[in-house]
Amino acid sequence: MRKYLFQTAALVLAISLVTPLIANSQESILDKVKERGRLVCGVNKELPGFGFLNQDGQWQGFDVDYGRAIAAAVLGDPNKVEFRPLKAPDRFPALQTGEIDVLIRNTTWTLTRDTDLGADFAPPTFYDGQGFMLRKDLGITSLKELAGATVGVTAGSTTELNLADTTRALGIEVESIVFEETETLYQSYDQGRCDVVTSDKSQLVSRRQSLKNPDDHIILDITISKEPLGPVTVHGDNKWNDVVSWVVYATFFAEEHGITQANVNTFETENPEIKRFLGESGDIGAKLGLSKDWARQAIAAVGNYGEIFERNLTPLGLPRGVNKPWTQGGLLYAIPFR
Amino acid sequence: MEHNTPTTVSEKIPFWRDVRVLRVLFQVVFLFGVILLLAILYRNMLAGLRGLGLTLNLNFLQNEAGFDISEGIPYEPSDTYLKAFWVGILNTLKVSVIGIVCATLLGLLFGIARLSSNWLIRTIAAIYVECFRNVPLLLQILFWYTAVVAQLPRVRESISLFDGAFINNRGIYLPAPEPTSGLKIWLWFLGAGLILAVILYIVRWRKLEQLDRPGFRAKWALPAFLIVAFCGWFLTPGSPFTLDFPVLQGFNFTGGFSFSPEFSALLIGLSMYTGAFIAEVVRSGIQAVVKGQREAARAVGLKEGQMLRLVVLPQAVPIIVPPLTSQYLNLAKNSSLAVAIGFPELVHVGSTMMNQTGQAIPVFAMVMVSYLIMSLTTSAAMNWYNRRINWLNR
Amino acid sequence: MKAPEAIQEIQPPDNTKGPRAWVKDNLFNTWYNALLTCVAFVFLFFVLKGFLTWTFTEAEWKVIPANLQLFAIGSYTRDQVWRIWTVLYILGVLIGLSAGLWGGLVYRFALALSGIWLIFALLPFELATRGWFLGAIATIALPFFIGRGRTGLRRWILAGWLLSFPVIMVVLRGFGENGVLTSNWGGLLLTLILAVVGIVVSFPLGVFLALCRQSDLPAIRWVSTTYIETVRGVPLITILFMGNVLIPIFMPGLDINQVLRMMFAITFFSGAYMAENVRGGLQAIPRGQIEAAQAVGLNYVKTTRFIVLPQALRSVIPTIVGQFIALFKDTSLVSIIGLIDLLGVAKSVIANPDWLGLQAEVYLFAAVIYFVFCYSMSYGSQEIEANLGVGLHQNL
Repeated sequence: MRKYLFQTAALVLAISLVTPLIANSQESILDKVKERGRLVCGVNKELPGFGFLNQDGQWQGFDVDYGRAIAAAVLGDPNKVEFRPLKAPDRFPALQTGEIDVLIRNTTWTLTRDTDLGADFAPPTFYDGQGFMLRKDLGITSLKELAGATVGVTAGSTTELNLADTTRALGIEVESIVFEETETLYQSYDQGRCDVVTSDKSQLVSRRQSLKNPDDHIILDITISKEPLGPVTVHGDNKWNDVVSWVVYATFFAEEHGITQANVNTFETENPEIKRFLGESGDIGAKLGLSKDWARQAIAAVGNYGEIFERNLTPLGLPRGVNKPWTQGGLLYAIPFR
Repeated sequence: MEHNTPTTVSEKIPFWRDVRVLRVLFQVVFLFGVILLLAILYRNMLAGLRGLGLTLNLNFLQNEAGFDISEGIPYEPSDTYLKAFWVGILNTLKVSVIGIVCATLLGLLFGIARLSSNWLIRTIAAIYVECFRNVPLLLQILFWYTAVVAQLPRVRESISLFDGAFINNRGIYLPAPEPTSGLKIWLWFLGAGLILAVILYIVRWRKLEQLDRPGFRAKWALPAFLIVAFCGWFLTPGSPFTLDFPVLQGFNFTGGFSFSPEFSALLIGLSMYTGAFIAEVVRSGIQAVVKGQREAARAVGLKEGQMLRLVVLPQAVPIIVPPLTSQYLNLAKNSSLAVAIGFPELVHVGSTMMNQTGQAIPVFAMVMVSYLIMSLTTSAAMNWYNRRINWLNR
Repeated sequence: MKAPEAIQEIQPPDNTKGPRAWVKDNLFNTWYNALLTCVAFVFLFFVLKGFLTWTFTEAEWKVIPANLQLFAIGSYTRDQVWRIWTVLYILGVLIGLSAGLWGGLVYRFALALSGIWLIFALLPFELATRGWFLGAIATIALPFFIGRGRTGLRRWILAGWLLSFPVIMVVLRGFGENGVLTSNWGGLLLTLILAVVGIVVSFPLGVFLALCRQSDLPAIRWVSTTYIETVRGVPLITILFMGNVLIPIFMPGLDINQVLRMMFAITFFSGAYMAENVRGGLQAIPRGQIEAAQAVGLNYVKTTRFIVLPQALRSVIPTIVGQFIALFKDTSLVSIIGLIDLLGVAKSVIANPDWLGLQAEVYLFAAVIYFVFCYSMSYGSQEIEANLGVGLHQNL
């Protein structure tokens, strides 16, 4: 009889361990982040300009700065953020499983991702398009000439799908090789494993710098897709998505009104909207579940959109293009802070 | 069977102490517990998926996959996810089967070499076994891929062998036999040769049985078949096959038969690693045959080959087969490491599907069930073979 | 070749072999062996020549010392490294004491470990690091002399080993935000932690499953058999993927970090294999043993505890060591999931633009580390096997 007792004992133990799991948490990530005192942000670790570890082991880049801005807005300290490097295929699972609070990893907003992948998007922070990079000496200028070429793409990306669409539309056959990691893709390209790399143009520009002879390679003046890149939160947490979205709008707004990292704390204005923005009047912070001066904290941490761009992307030689405030003919348009 | 049950029941036992009742009771409680556990997990899963706005079904399999797969049977991005998955399964089978053949050959070679009377050969074999067995397979595959195959020359500087085969960092290109109209005639020759071989085999078998002597049954059949096939080749008008040579055209070599670098690296890695384990299996199998058996075989005047075939192998094979099976299964399962270098086998295709559709659970279930079917059929087949061998030797 | 003169006098003179006779007997005893020897020599010559020229002239080995710390501990917070030293010291004390108490293989292991620390202490690391290494030697040596001969302590040391496991985990992690987040664990440290956790936790699980599979209650037997065969039928990588993606879906609300999830997955996987190993041992126990135990009135728990398991487990020690080696190698798969273990570090060093094109050097270095660990474990297992064999004979 004890024999059976013994054999079922562990089972009872297992069940009693699992039972508390029935409790399903419906808490917003915003509260979790505050409770934890730290934001966990999924980023790219292989894309200079957007997200990478610099020589001193510090995270740096456009996407990384947005992570810091959110940490500053929510926790009042841009350093209370843990960056989690993610490969393209791992990013949505990481988001779905709550491994990360927010995903800022040059991620394209698409319908499928918004619906089937359990993601909610914040406004795009960078409007990009897919391009092609190849060796200058091939002398190729149009996509038609790529018939028969070997093309490298990263796994789990929209570029993988766009490539298939484009070649089908053009009626050409290419051999595509899918790489799990961005790093291996460009190394293999450099070694001649593939003739062409296709990816977001910003990525091509950024990665061209780390090829052996950057000048041997050109980026074709062809854009085959729209790639609006922006932060992503998990589906169904509207409170948290609001926070992330409005931090993004705050950087747009600050640039529209000339508020910078340097002058944000001394900015003097009679404009009621700016006063609300800086937390000098009204309670927009409370509506988001944040402190009064959340936007001020965010801008003080990383500056406005223009500053973030110039710090990270201008050194790579990326032009601002459409990534300008709407007042200058660009696509960045802050929603009223009211 | 139940030893606890008293044989004579002198007085009535209360049911809470009756082992027969308790047995049933415990099992019911146990099953209830297991089902409860699974139910909790299932409920959690549904709640979680609902929270993410996902549903659980297999309808997505009929949708257009949209991504390309670089190797395998003909496939277009416009095909369905189901087709993509099937390509993955076939690629896994392909690399597993070829890998098993190569690993077995390597294993036999080095397993026998470890027992050689030649010190140098023995030592080389031992070094091979220890080095490849004690380093993670994933590391080996990555090494072959990034440090060896990828370092091969570029397409335009390909290593050329006799202007027919080319090796570069995009793969190994070999001439491929292309069937011609003469193939049909040659196939007739082959058929005739096969019939002849079967007849000769039976005749020889009968004869050996009559003489009651051991011998090689296919001693007449094999050469006869080869001679007919060989003569047929020359008698066929034209030639049954022509060779399709790979040619550098535009960006890549076209035509011929090619292995991609991913496939080559995976195959080398799997074969070398599993080969080291098989070598050990073979060695210990042969060593398990008692030395006296060989001495006895020599004493009755068997030649070296006969001794190996008639005395040592029949005893060693039943010992070798079970661990060999598990090595084969390991190889098939280890082929999933291709996901690290991008060979589109089952796990790699599965993870791409998961990524594009977000249907993690169904895709996982499909991948795992596919492997389970492969594993269970292989081990069932090997168990059957094992029983047969043991039965024959009884 | 040891050939003491005393023995030479006893043996017939024609049995002594000079190098020449040895070569003749071992390399050229038949014509085909002579041929094989020649072919093998040519082969060896080219392989060694190629390898040695590459190693000493072409390879750029400076990538290794530059990243040594990364290989060892990954991105473990640098100002918390004292935690790792503490762990090494705790282990050192235990090893030293055990070496003093048991001698034999443990003693040799302790000696080897001290030797390795001594070599590290002599290498040109920072002065503080070298001091730590010297300290590590002391923590092995002192307890060794304390523990020598005090057999009464054995029981306590075993308890100490058991207790050391949770203690080490706590020391490595620390508490809350001031400790070292598991996402910063990396390198060889992470590889070792994953392997040790995998084997230690999966051991009781395996014993339990094996007993269940041998149960005479069909329901229990079926459930455990299904579990074991399912897990053994699928590749580890799918289980790791599952652990990574599905654990949070199946158990929402439970904030389990990635390293912990990988530990779960590895244990889950390893448990099934462990169960089969243990079952092999259980089946080898003669039925008479169990019947005898029952005859003297032992119940199931006591029979299992005192008669079955001690014999079964002893006979499967070599297989379990074999599985530990396999598990140690298999932990490298977590680098596919995104953890930075030893192989993960190797991959990230290769990806570093400063060290482009040094794949061969980096992978070879990682391979050597894995080899040293695996080979010494399999050596140890052979020794244990030999020792156990002797032990069994004495019992008979």
